[in-house]
Amino acid sequence: MAKSKSAYSDPGKKGKLDTHIIVVWVDNEAGVLARVVGLFSGRGYNIESLAVAEVDPKRGISRITIVTTGTPQVIEQIKLQLGKLVPVHKVADFMRGDKKIIFKEMALLKLVGNTSKRNKALKVCKKFNPVVLDKTQKSVVLQITALRREIDTVMGDLKKFGLVSVSRTGAVAMTRGSEIFK
Amino acid sequence: MSKLYTGAEIVFKCMEDQKVEFIFGYPGGAVLPIYDELKNHDSIKHILARHEQGAGHAAEGYARSCGKPGVVLVTSGPGATNVVTALTDAYMDSIPLVCISGQVPTHLIGTDAFQECDTTGITRPCTKHNWLVKDVKDLAKIIHKAFEVATTGRPGPVLVDIPKDIQFQKAKYTNFKKQKKLNGKSNNRFSQKDIDKLIEVMSKAKQPIFYTGGGVINSGPKASEQLRELVSITGFPITSTLQGLGSFPGDDNQFLGMLGMHGTYEANNAMHDCDLMINIGARFDDRITGKIDEFSPKSKKVHIDIDPSSINKNVKVDLPIVGDVSEVISLLIKTIKKHKPNFLKSNKENISKWWEQIGKWRSVNSLNFINSDKTIKPQFAIQRLYELTKNKDTFITTEVGQHQMWAAQHYKFDKPNRWMTSGGLGTMGYGLPAAVGVQIAHPDKLVVDIAGEASVLMTMQEMSTAVQYNLPIKIFILNNEYMGMVRQWQELLHEKNYSESYTAALPDFVKLAEAYGCVGIRAKSPDELDQKIQEMIDVKKPVIFDCLVDKEENCFPMIPSGKPHNQMLLGPNDQKENKITGKGKTLV
Repeated sequence: MAKSKSAYSDPGKKGKLDTHIIVVWVDNEAGVLARVVGLFSGRGYNIESLAVAEVDPKRGISRITIVTTGTPQVIEQIKLQLGKLVPVHKVADFMRGDKKIIFKEMALLKLVGNTSKRNKALKVCKKFNPVVLDKTQKSVVLQITALRREIDTVMGDLKKFGLVSVSRTGAVAMTRGSEIFK
Repeated sequence: MSKLYTGAEIVFKCMEDQKVEFIFGYPGGAVLPIYDELKNHDSIKHILARHEQGAGHAAEGYARSCGKPGVVLVTSGPGATNVVTALTDAYMDSIPLVCISGQVPTHLIGTDAFQECDTTGITRPCTKHNWLVKDVKDLAKIIHKAFEVATTGRPGPVLVDIPKDIQFQKAKYTNFKKQKKLNGKSNNRFSQKDIDKLIEVMSKAKQPIFYTGGGVINSGPKASEQLRELVSITGFPITSTLQGLGSFPGDDNQFLGMLGMHGTYEANNAMHDCDLMINIGARFDDRITGKIDEFSPKSKKVHIDIDPSSINKNVKVDLPIVGDVSEVISLLIKTIKKHKPNFLKSNKENISKWWEQIGKWRSVNSLNFINSDKTIKPQFAIQRLYELTKNKDTFITTEVGQHQMWAAQHYKFDKPNRWMTSGGLGTMGYGLPAAVGVQIAHPDKLVVDIAGEASVLMTMQEMSTAVQYNLPIKIFILNNEYMGMVRQWQELLHEKNYSESYTAALPDFVKLAEAYGCVGIRAKSPDELDQKIQEMIDVKKPVIFDCLVDKEENCFPMIPSGKPHNQMLLGPNDQKENKITGKGKTLV
């Protein structure tokens, strides 16, 4: 196509992108996840990972943890737009790398290979609380919990030890100390 | 044991408790139980549209002209998808609508049943909230909540999807008491401290301006009165967005006219050069700001808005005040009167140079056009319409395009809720059904849809509605046979390649009017215009007025988007020859 003469408008200057963890408390009702996710896709925001489950069965509250990237302005919009949704109770937001917050992701890793390979694999995972969930003559299923990039590294390292399948969760977050999310 | 009501009865019980007088709708299989129940409720009148989009826009016109939520009733599947345009339109322009849609029976949901669609899925991004009712016991609670969500905070549309079996099932109904307390999603978060800060910057400002929007209108008629008082005790100039027109008198000397893409020279230059911008209930839309990096570079910006997500969305502001416009202005006025009773006097000198400068911009007379005694200039037609209707408390709706902008420029409003136009979504075909809704709300007032011939054909079928209910709406078509705004952009930006913007086979609008059972009037030359307009006003029936105007007239002034406010294109009278150059072309 020839160079277009009539674009819609000129994009402004791009700001610096930050990664944030957004925690949202919502009523656990039909369609609520679609509302939250639809808001992200509809307004062009990113979702790097997503974790959601009911945390208060009595009041029917679910906690959604979303890892997202955006300029400070976009992150601010995400929080405010989420706050407008009717089933949303509260929204909390943290920079990735915030020392006061614990972030964790879980991964299940299936390795197929001989005992020596499997033991080496276990050693690679040592720092990340490995738990052997299943074991056969030639395979093992490991569970590890770590940061996203740590799991990325482990996955790379395990390739040569017979890693055949990976299943990962999104990040979940919790404050350190006695404080809770406001 | 208390009495049990069917779901359909509960729908009406709720609407009676919500004081609903009119429903705009269209029946179909999945809402028949509700339609069956209609006859038992005399206080609620159903207006049968000819298309669900028309029903939706009529409800919008109703809501905007009287401040109450509009209620729409449609069937499942195509009924629901047809109303999506109206819901989106209401969402963009913050109009309270409650849409009730039928759905296939619960056990058929998900089976691709006849006239089934995922209504709550489709309307999720174009409503404030929506509900699929799965248990008749929840129905009353949901409908009342729907009214609450639609009307509180920043208003908007909501939808309640009711499967047919739920409409038959029975449940108890306890009478509803309207709560005084607004829901948690409405926001009055400002404090006296914010107001004090605002007054401090106001008293220092040398080049201040009020930039007001639809939020003033949505805040109720009292907000408009307070705005007038505020503007008068400060002596500041004021400009308004398209949606805000009418909240301040259009012929007042402090009013600079509309701002934005087709705003006046003085309003846009004042926005660009000001040192204090006080945004009241507007949202820094891209048609207002132009090039965002060069938007009003020297000013401190204050933003008063009820929606916290409007703050810092497009433009970073220095002092955000989240709250209802009326309450913010009222506290502001009170504080000024208490602490700075001589504000106007002490301030006059401060801003006298500013007014001088504004006077210079004004003298450019940017809304001027070269009139003709042979063909009707569209601007002239609107000026004449204004002169002949201004003493009548006239309600104006519009379609979308050049005629809409000319109407905004040349028709001066002095009251809120008199101007209904699709600004956010820009929906062609909005004006005619909106006029139907306005006339329903104000049966004795003059209601005129200033239309373009292309737009009005999109919802022309609603003339039949107007005739059915004896609604004497006036469809004032500025007929230039082109999609005028498309043609204008093609002329200015696409080397006059008028690709598909000419409508070669238009109907004879006078005959069309007669076919619908209303009155057709045609004006061909300027000298007969007044007499024909008067004839239109005097007829007590719906009228289609075919005003044949200059086919090549362009709408000026204009900021090509991607340009800042101080680089406007003026009309053919402009001596400076501010031609759009290569770069500008890519930016509109």
